[in-house]
Amino acid sequence: MEGRYSFEAVMARRAEIMKKAVGIDYEKFIIRGIAFDYEKMMKEVGYSIEEVKRIQSETCVGNTPLVELKNINRLIKKLAPKGKGARIFLKDEAANPSGSFKDRRASVSIYRAASLGYKGVIAATSGNYGAAVASQAAKKNLRCIIVQECFDNDWIGQPEILEKGRACEAYGAEVVQLTVGPELFYYTLVLLEETGYFNASLYTPYAIAGIETLGYEIAEQTQKLTGRFPDAVVVTHAGGGLITGTARGLKKAGATETKVIGASVDLRGLHMASTKDFNRKYFTTGHTGFGIPFAAYPDRADVPKNAARPLRYMDRYVLVTQGEVFYVTEMLAHLEGLQRGPAGNTSLAAAFSLAMEMDEDQIIVVNETEYTGAGKLPSAQLTFAKKMGMIIKRGDPLKEDKPGKVIAIPEHPSQIKHIEYPLEELKRSYLKELMRREGKTSFDETELNFLEEDLRLSREEVLKLIDEVKKALQA
Amino acid sequence: MKAKKGDFVQIEVRILEPEERAPNLPEDTKRVPFEMRVKGFMLNDEASLGEVVRIRTFSGREVEGKLIAINPKYEHNFGEPVPEILTIGEELRELLGGM
Repeated sequence: MEGRYSFEAVMARRAEIMKKAVGIDYEKFIIRGIAFDYEKMMKEVGYSIEEVKRIQSETCVGNTPLVELKNINRLIKKLAPKGKGARIFLKDEAANPSGSFKDRRASVSIYRAASLGYKGVIAATSGNYGAAVASQAAKKNLRCIIVQECFDNDWIGQPEILEKGRACEAYGAEVVQLTVGPELFYYTLVLLEETGYFNASLYTPYAIAGIETLGYEIAEQTQKLTGRFPDAVVVTHAGGGLITGTARGLKKAGATETKVIGASVDLRGLHMASTKDFNRKYFTTGHTGFGIPFAAYPDRADVPKNAARPLRYMDRYVLVTQGEVFYVTEMLAHLEGLQRGPAGNTSLAAAFSLAMEMDEDQIIVVNETEYTGAGKLPSAQLTFAKKMGMIIKRGDPLKEDKPGKVIAIPEHPSQIKHIEYPLEELKRSYLKELMRREGKTSFDETELNFLEEDLRLSREEVLKLIDEVKKALQA
Repeated sequence: MKAKKGDFVQIEVRILEPEERAPNLPEDTKRVPFEMRVKGFMLNDEASLGEVVRIRTFSGREVEGKLIAINPKYEHNFGEPVPEILTIGEELRELLGGM
């Protein structure tokens, strides 16, 4: 590609293309420097819970069942220390039209695209969001293009992403399948410019507003089933939208004391832009490759200001291994009769471990499931992993798991143990990224106010952390 | 085997040569081109695999690229039985005292 369509030329037109493609003037929410008015943006551009409920009820989205995992809870009680072992409830988001919570996100984006008069929509996603956008676009009679990062440079496709592509095509979408690289974003811009379609980004205020009903329903349903709000909600964390939307919905329903815990699959050490590492990952989302960078720098997304800001809402962040998630996926099918997964079961694995340390009368909600099948099942991913040279064995994941080399499937459920990832570490990374990007180490009053909100810290804590990072950068 | 006009086909397009790619890529990715596969209905009268053809995609766009498959099939599947996970259900039921 040369001239007008070279990488540099297209990226230089990024702001202009995006403005046309999302119909949001982000400039008006910027206060000064790095500071912008997040709540104003969410209020003016997003939709209220009532509006979102109405939009979603028209396309069969939401109102999914919340179910207690009684056999798994029995197992937890058997293994937990005396007085411990919280009850786990599961929000069965697979019951949405295209099989995941992503329908909530897509429904509001596509509603917006249709009401603004766009003829079609484009989404850059290798995940369930593609099928969700394609399904909603079909309902609203809009054309749809899904752009996936799908193959390594030997044209070996990740089976789960191939399945997601199939699902998109089943709803009539065009699927553009790319080799590994961050140029996916560049090519999405090319397509947006060529077609004039709406960018159904995962990170607009509409997309996040669409998830708020999930948190709201969890609060209402838990209240109805148990007489109280959940003590904790565990959320699979990747780009930060699910945590942000769920937490905002919980708060809107009055569940202000509920702890929001993010959980990701531990794939630390694998490079997200490496073509070699691409097929050494057997989870395509909900892992640290997205979870950590998106928490540390939310605005790396495809819109100027990301509406998904996980550090504003996350109370804890925990990691689990691939082997543990495969194990609980089997557990969910065999003990509860629910064949679901894979990504949603990341939070189930974390919840299983967290339940052991919580009191027996406490309630923990796993906030999503997703459809499964060809390409997505543990058997599909583990068969693929073996072909790619991974060692698959039974063993203690904490001791034996090595991303990109060994997948250790627990020998016993007591070996399911989360790894605590300190939030302070994420906040430190956030500030480090920020200082490097902006080329400055001090911030004015307005910016400090913004940092207090964006990091959920007091002024004192923000200043202390800035100081620490400054020293580390100088060293 | 030849594809005819209107056949459902898959094409391959080289979008960026290695030297045209984004900066700051890891070494392994930097060395290879950035490429795309896309499916649609062939607009040429007739073509063999490897030839450059034009297609109309599901969204109605026209795209040109190298013909790589006629009636491309989905090749992902359920995988093989994996011994490391086959017994998990039974083990758990045993822990629960049988069911």
